[in-house]
Amino acid sequence: MSQEIIKRTKLEIAKQPEGLEGPGFFATKVDEVIGMARANSLWPLPFATSCCGIEFMATMASHYDLARFGMERLSFSPRQADLLMVMGTIAKKMGPTLRQVYEQMAEPRWVLSVGACASSGGIFDTYSVLQGIDRIIPVDVYVPGCPPRPEQIIEGILKIQELSRNESGRRRNSPEYKKLMNSYGIE
Amino acid sequence: MSQEILDKVNAQVSAKFPGAVLSAELLYNFPVFTVDHNDAHEIVSFLKNDPELNFHFLTDLTGMQTADEKHLGVIYHLHNLPKNMRVRVKTFFSMDKPEIPTVTDLWPGANWMERETFDFYGVKFKGHPNLKRILNVDEMDIFPLRKEYPLEDQTRDDKSDKMFGR
Amino acid sequence: MSKKENTTPSTPPSDTMEKEYTTLNLGPTHPATHGIFQNVLTMDGEIIHNAVPTLGYIHRAFEKLAERRPYAQITPITDRLNYCSSPINNMGWHMTVEKLIKAEVPKRAEYHRVIIMELSRIADHIICNTIIGQDTGATTGFLYLFQWREHIYDIFESICGARLTTNICRIGGFDKEWSQKTWDMINNFVRDFPKGLEEFNGLLERNRIFMDRTINCGPISAEMALEYSFTGPNLRAAGVDYDVRVATPYSSYEDFEFQIPVGTQGDTYDRFTVRQEEMRQSLHIIRQAIKNMPSGKMHADIPDFFLPPKDQVYNNMEALIYHFKIVMGETDIPAGEIYHCVEGGNGELGFYLISDGGRTPFRLHFRRPCFIYYQAYPEMIKGAMLSDAIITMSSMNVIAGELDA
Ligand code: SF4
Repeated sequence: MSQEIIKRTKLEIAKQPEGLEGPGFFATKVDEVIGMARANSLWPLPFATSCCGIEFMATMASHYDLARFGMERLSFSPRQADLLMVMGTIAKKMGPTLRQVYEQMAEPRWVLSVGACASSGGIFDTYSVLQGIDRIIPVDVYVPGCPPRPEQIIEGILKIQELSRNESGRRRNSPEYKKLMNSYGIE
Repeated sequence: MSQEILDKVNAQVSAKFPGAVLSAELLYNFPVFTVDHNDAHEIVSFLKNDPELNFHFLTDLTGMQTADEKHLGVIYHLHNLPKNMRVRVKTFFSMDKPEIPTVTDLWPGANWMERETFDFYGVKFKGHPNLKRILNVDEMDIFPLRKEYPLEDQTRDDKSDKMFGR
Repeated sequence: MSKKENTTPSTPPSDTMEKEYTTLNLGPTHPATHGIFQNVLTMDGEIIHNAVPTLGYIHRAFEKLAERRPYAQITPITDRLNYCSSPINNMGWHMTVEKLIKAEVPKRAEYHRVIIMELSRIADHIICNTIIGQDTGATTGFLYLFQWREHIYDIFESICGARLTTNICRIGGFDKEWSQKTWDMINNFVRDFPKGLEEFNGLLERNRIFMDRTINCGPISAEMALEYSFTGPNLRAAGVDYDVRVATPYSSYEDFEFQIPVGTQGDTYDRFTVRQEEMRQSLHIIRQAIKNMPSGKMHADIPDFFLPPKDQVYNNMEALIYHFKIVMGETDIPAGEIYHCVEGGNGELGFYLISDGGRTPFRLHFRRPCFIYYQAYPEMIKGAMLSDAIITMSSMNVIAGELDA
């Protein structure tokens, strides 16, 4: 992208990771390059069930414009998605589907739980509502609110970006991670 | 206006089905009839098909449980759109034998409302084409809206009364 | 064009071939269904032969929950019924309780309510119509018109502090006068929105592609619609001029002059145009309400249900007691049985309430228009293409929260 366009549209280029630089070469850690690439091109899978999904629509639309963060490419197929955004009430009837979607996603995968319902059941402490999606899948970032404002949802996504930027390449193979997965009965 | 509707409907239904109307009253300006459950289907069908009364629009169908927890009820809200008349027809039956004929033959739209009522209260609508649970999972074995079943999710363990000094 | 006779392709006699249908599971998380709807379709190639909807994927037990909550605390539940137009649900519930306790709400409060309800009707229809555009491939309209929804949100936010799940207004009326800033925003909206709306209209209404795509897509006849207890824009698109605002006026709707648009075919295009026209009529109603705003108090005189002003709570014993009673939900309500309906975004939204005199309702049933008319969906898409089924669904504006209670 030419410098001209960048200046005019006030675009920011992703920050270069630390490294050794010299004429004609640049050396840095693989982890950091991968982290940078991942963080700026997350493909979210919106799993919008109810009210919070409408707030997500507002976040996607022109006013809040999630595309600013490299996210205009929603991936409706779990196989290509990196980020599962669960927005809205998950009833017990829906639980198995959610879990199946999560299992279909390839590593590395992150989960963002948007709204009180997804995080804890919210105001619906009833026989039919799952009391928080962390009972069936591991969650990385919780966004509270009923519904959270679009700014909050964006904040949550920025947190996910931070996580993915700083994640070490080996984390997903570590015994801790395996243990976490096993505690949910996955794999 | 409502009083006239009440009187008119009451007169016609009582003439056609003697003894079936258990009570007819005006509640908050709304004509309400409680009818015998054996005649409920015929009465509703009469209200719908009578050219003069013409309550052709089924606004709502729902169930309820009486306060003594021994009876279930089904409540129909009928509407005559051209003349803008509404009536409510209620019918109660014992919980030991919660059966009542379906009205899906009169209104195809009653289908899901009856399934919902079955799902919540366990009212068996005789002759319903597909009486299954609709909102809850198929494996559920309780009828959650009956008063004896709890509302709360039973799997939570973070709500101990100790926190509240009880 | 060639002059040759149109020859039908020779097919083998039907008894030598057995017809096979494919089963396609559409949903529950299909990107094109905008919510959690599952339909198991039996397909004959691209043609839908049969559809079996499954619902309950976000069943949240509203009716049971309502039996455990004091009256004022039920308002937040109604928010979550049709969350595209929560204020209408809130008002409907408040009016139900007011009817039960026989409160006299002053005209001024009612006019304010009308403004809010019509604004939320616009917000509701914006979602539905832009989604129809989206599903036919016109994303532009969605991005254009959603901006106006933000303006409506801003107005709600300045009145009650929330955007989507508003919990707006109180039993009895409003807690305070609206600020000048709110009025400025409303005036600006009423002044500027028609431009945005007509712009959007220009994109789609007479657009050849859009018309080809939506006319005769998912039609329903007036008779069928009545049999299936349709209400709201979907019934009006089929040609029946039933609108609760006119049939049983509530909240002073009888003072306003507006037209009820009706369609003829009951197809997707008619549903779209009916909603477009309703937005214009809503604006018209809001203008009248602003112009003829009566003076007077903002709430009914019901100390048992209406929170006293804060300075009195701090200085006055009686007010403090009322405050506690209301906040703790300890006010009893007369026993009674009531049905009240309002014209929600999707149709007749009814509240059937039985009170036994206690602090919570004995039974509360919501007549949810979506739930009732969605059952005609399989009937409407039989014989249609799969892509038509998608836009039929979005034009019916089925809201999962309202569908599943
Ligand atoms: S958290 Fe609130 S807004 Fe979000 S889905 Fe739950 S009830 Fe709806």
